[in-house]
Amino acid sequence: MSLVAFLGAVEIGLVFGVIALGVFLAFRILNFPDLTVDGSFPLGAAVVATLIVAGVNPWVATAVAILAGAAAGLVTAFLNVRFGILHLLASILTMIALFSVNIRIMGRPNTALINEETILTPFLDWTGALGMPAFVAKPIFVGIVVLVVLALLARFLTSEYGLAMRATGANPRMARAQGIDTDRQVYVGMAMSNGFNALGGALFAQTNGFADVTSGLGTIVVGLAAVILGETILRSRVMAVIVIACVLGSILYRIAIALALNADFLGLKASDLQLATAVLVALALILPNARNPLKALGRGRAGSRSGGKAAGKAAQ
Amino acid sequence: MIGVSDIHVTFGAGTPLETKALDGVDLEIPTGQFVTVIGSNGAGKSTLLNVVTGDIRPDQGRVVVGGTDVTRWSAPRRARMVARVFQDPMAGTCEALSIEENLALAAARGHGRGLAPALGADRRERFRETVARLGLGLESRLGDRMGLLSGGQRQAVSLLMATLSGMKVLLLDEHTAALDPRTGTFVLDLTRQIVAELGLTVLMVTHSMRHALDCGDRTIMMHEGRIVFDVAGAERDGLDVPDLLQLFTRVRGEQLADDSLLLG
Repeated sequence: MSLVAFLGAVEIGLVFGVIALGVFLAFRILNFPDLTVDGSFPLGAAVVATLIVAGVNPWVATAVAILAGAAAGLVTAFLNVRFGILHLLASILTMIALFSVNIRIMGRPNTALINEETILTPFLDWTGALGMPAFVAKPIFVGIVVLVVLALLARFLTSEYGLAMRATGANPRMARAQGIDTDRQVYVGMAMSNGFNALGGALFAQTNGFADVTSGLGTIVVGLAAVILGETILRSRVMAVIVIACVLGSILYRIAIALALNADFLGLKASDLQLATAVLVALALILPNARNPLKALGRGRAGSRSGGKAAGKAAQ
Repeated sequence: MIGVSDIHVTFGAGTPLETKALDGVDLEIPTGQFVTVIGSNGAGKSTLLNVVTGDIRPDQGRVVVGGTDVTRWSAPRRARMVARVFQDPMAGTCEALSIEENLALAAARGHGRGLAPALGADRRERFRETVARLGLGLESRLGDRMGLLSGGQRQAVSLLMATLSGMKVLLLDEHTAALDPRTGTFVLDLTRQIVAELGLTVLMVTHSMRHALDCGDRTIMMHEGRIVFDVAGAERDGLDVPDLLQLFTRVRGEQLADDSLLLG
């Protein structure tokens, strides 16, 4: 694999790292299996592309895209919390509706952003003047954005409000007994999650130079793949490490996919991407169970080290 | 401090399985009183408790806590005034979070939850002192996952959590029933200690007649959604478990006699 292809994989991995954070927030923190991302990702791209083409400042356009994603998350949360529609189904409804909404926003199925001023333009001009090629500068820029988002999310999840959100996902009954309005937590969490997804879409549109309504297909599986991969390679109880693992998982996933598509002996085509993703996620879900004996061993060690058993006896 | 009046609760209304869980319950608990509730399965003990916490909305009736009518308040809103410990040790604490994170959740109750870090150095210090009194060695394990603790330890921490933010009302829902007898005694002793120390108003549901008489200063018995027996003071001090049992069978017998009269 060439350096250009490698850095391209890192860049797209970083962009989808933001989506991995959104998926992590919904699936892992709120325990809300949310498929809205397949619609909120292209929504972010559509909003940012339309606004930039219309001459709006790209930073403002990106902020509006995030808000649009948050609104989509609120719709899913509303369907689930207010009307008791099963979370999966509620999110599928929003996702399907967003397909039409995205075409309405752009006025057509796709929008080109080539030669438009994006949030990357000043950075690329500056690094270009220093002699750095764009394929190096782009992943650096996206990396900085991802770092900021990461830091904010990690900080949020260790705050009192973030802790309440974690309790909402982990034990809603206990959360309510502790005075936490779990319904409101779901609204806020879903808005944040899909705000991240839309930010991912906005970054994708600006780094790749286009927005396409079909680009959302399978985003959720890619996001999940990143989260699961990250959890497998970096196990931790420290929030900062947990969120870093999501982004790392996303980058590694993209590198693995790039390697697979580049390996001629496999005979894979770019259009096999979705199949490869589905197989990878299925394997990631099957393998941890197949490894059960090892996991049990690990747990046993952890238990005796912290003296769980001994202290338990003392309590009795 | 706690007052419920004319509470009616029906489960599965309009279906063949319709049951009257509470059928006109009136109960007034003054500040600082420790009331124990006994009764057979389905008598409405837990339903009564859930009506006070707001987890069950009554069809009819009023709930007052600390002089405020809270009948229309949601459960999270009432949680600012009312703390509870569940029967299931898994329900009252969050096993995915650490001990100190659980304590931080409880400490923030009743105040707004903002974006300040949930755990600071002085908070940790306060938590360490709080759990040290349990004598379970948990003060050195504050960062451990709650899931690593035994059921008894989790109930003990649940009790501490209920007291962290200055609650005045404590509701206990058979909180020792899922524990083995020795651990149950430990948790019950701790309960009495904490209640006495903080002067809490307590409603404790139990199905142990022993505990019902040994704890607190008033005992009520429920049967088929009604309070059938309410005893306090000297009369209660004179009671022993056999007396209570006898009373229990008599109440049920009378109920049967009534029914047979009605049906006859």
